[in-house]
Amino acid sequence: MLRYVSYSIVVLWLLMAFAGFFIGDHANEVVLSQFLSPPSEQVGLNSHLLGSDELGRPVLERLILGAQTSLFVALGVVFFSAIIGTTIGVYSGYVGGLTDKVITKVIDVFLAFPGLLLAIALAAILGPGIENVVFALVVVGWVGYARLARAQTLSLRNREHILAARSLGVSTPLMLYRHVLPLILAPLGVEATFGIAGAVISEAGLSFLGLGVQPPDASWGSMIKEGTRYLLMAPHLVLAPGIALMLVVLAVNLIGDQWRDYLDVKSRTKKKGKKR
Amino acid sequence: MISYFFRLLGSVLFVSWIVGTLVFFLIHLVPGDPVAVMLGDWASPADENALREQLGLHLPITTQYWHYITGIFQLDLGQSLFFHQPVSELIAERFPMTLQLAFMALIVAALIAFPLGLWAALRVGKWPDHLSMSVSLIGVSIPNFWLGPMLILFFSLWLAWLPVSGAEQPFSWVLPAITLGTALAAILARMLRASLLEVLHEDYIRTAQAKGLPSRLVYGKHALLNALLPVVTILGLQLGTLLGGAVITEVVFDWPGLGQLLIESIQRRDYPVVQGCILVISIAYITINGLTELVYAWLDPRIRVAK
Repeated sequence: MLRYVSYSIVVLWLLMAFAGFFIGDHANEVVLSQFLSPPSEQVGLNSHLLGSDELGRPVLERLILGAQTSLFVALGVVFFSAIIGTTIGVYSGYVGGLTDKVITKVIDVFLAFPGLLLAIALAAILGPGIENVVFALVVVGWVGYARLARAQTLSLRNREHILAARSLGVSTPLMLYRHVLPLILAPLGVEATFGIAGAVISEAGLSFLGLGVQPPDASWGSMIKEGTRYLLMAPHLVLAPGIALMLVVLAVNLIGDQWRDYLDVKSRTKKKGKKR
Repeated sequence: MISYFFRLLGSVLFVSWIVGTLVFFLIHLVPGDPVAVMLGDWASPADENALREQLGLHLPITTQYWHYITGIFQLDLGQSLFFHQPVSELIAERFPMTLQLAFMALIVAALIAFPLGLWAALRVGKWPDHLSMSVSLIGVSIPNFWLGPMLILFFSLWLAWLPVSGAEQPFSWVLPAITLGTALAAILARMLRASLLEVLHEDYIRTAQAKGLPSRLVYGKHALLNALLPVVTILGLQLGTLLGGAVITEVVFDWPGLGQLLIESIQRRDYPVVQGCILVISIAYITINGLTELVYAWLDPRIRVAK
């Protein structure tokens, strides 16, 4: 049951992001006569299902554009940090020796630095903008994948199929790509799922602080920020993006939990044993 | 234990040095002239040169780096461009407020997490378990920059029980502490549940039960104390994260701490203050993590010996 709900929410998020392509400039149009108008149930061309914000812009449309922003950032961050982190981690774990020692130290230093703060610092120095947000979050995010990939590779290093391939003279890149990577993809996939949730929250957080997406572009974080000024008069400005954000993060976290439980053979047999 | 302490101190100093260097080069290697960015488009070349001289930016970068690193050891972090006051003074004013907030959040988190985790572990698989784990999942997923405004809306604006923002009134810490502590409470509750479940299967628990100890003692003394060990580690690591999360919470509640100073200084392009804030928060984070390891080693002699 919970599984279907969480997948539905994620599908809805994807659909919203897709719908963002068809909205156009309408969502950024300033209509001062619609100032902070509350959500209306009227269905019509000009009715605003979720009300309007302080510039009379329709909240629903901006919510949809915000979904696009969060999806874009989440996919970008997870894609780049997973590729960079996994490459470094797998290589470090497989090669070992001095290279591994140096890379482990670098990973330790990155882990010793509060992630959100590093992202804030980078975003502040690079200046606001969606590409800079992705860059800042990748700089913070690759470490998790690197650590995981390294640990997984270390446990595989002396497996028989690897030794066999090595004695046949398979080159290191091919070895990593064909014989190591497929075996460690599952835990990395779980990490990436949680990474999506983290990236969505971080993007919204940076935009909330004014360091992310800049107006007039919409982000759930900046919508919450702008809405807090009219909290008493128009709570829907904060409620709508906040609930959307929370549901997406919750759903993605739930899916990550399910995948992790599924991969964890111990917990799977336990559950079967309990006859649920 | 003493040699362990010094090894840890060395690693804390090493990472702090790396962080300081990173922060320095981040600001100096950014494309574009920081002085032009700080002063905006209307500044005259004379003004720009004056500021460059004031910041020491006309010196070669190695000299600047040397001044910066030696300055840190003398607690000299430069001069704020906006306040015309030493950065170290500004930080000394604000840092206690951030620590206070983080500490309060920690207490709130423990007060929520312990009953929740215990309840879930003792009724595992039944509705209290499902309920408290659902609550904690929501707690992890709720962003603090949304939870904060929602708490303000309910408790300050509708019910008028607590102040909206600031830190002057007696109970103004309550909402910020809850906002900051919720995510930690959720993580702690899950950790405590998992850790307790593991401990409850141990032989010494069965022995304690078999010799007829009241369940209060079995759970309270034998189970809880042993389950605390991994929780302490998480607690320490998360305390550092609290310092980072405090940035957002402070902005939401207008709490006069280091995070708010950082964000305001970013908006004012007051780079010396930005540099100082990032450095101090990072070093605090690293130090807390080091202290956690120390406490952990003290609690569990196996770790000391293994290293």
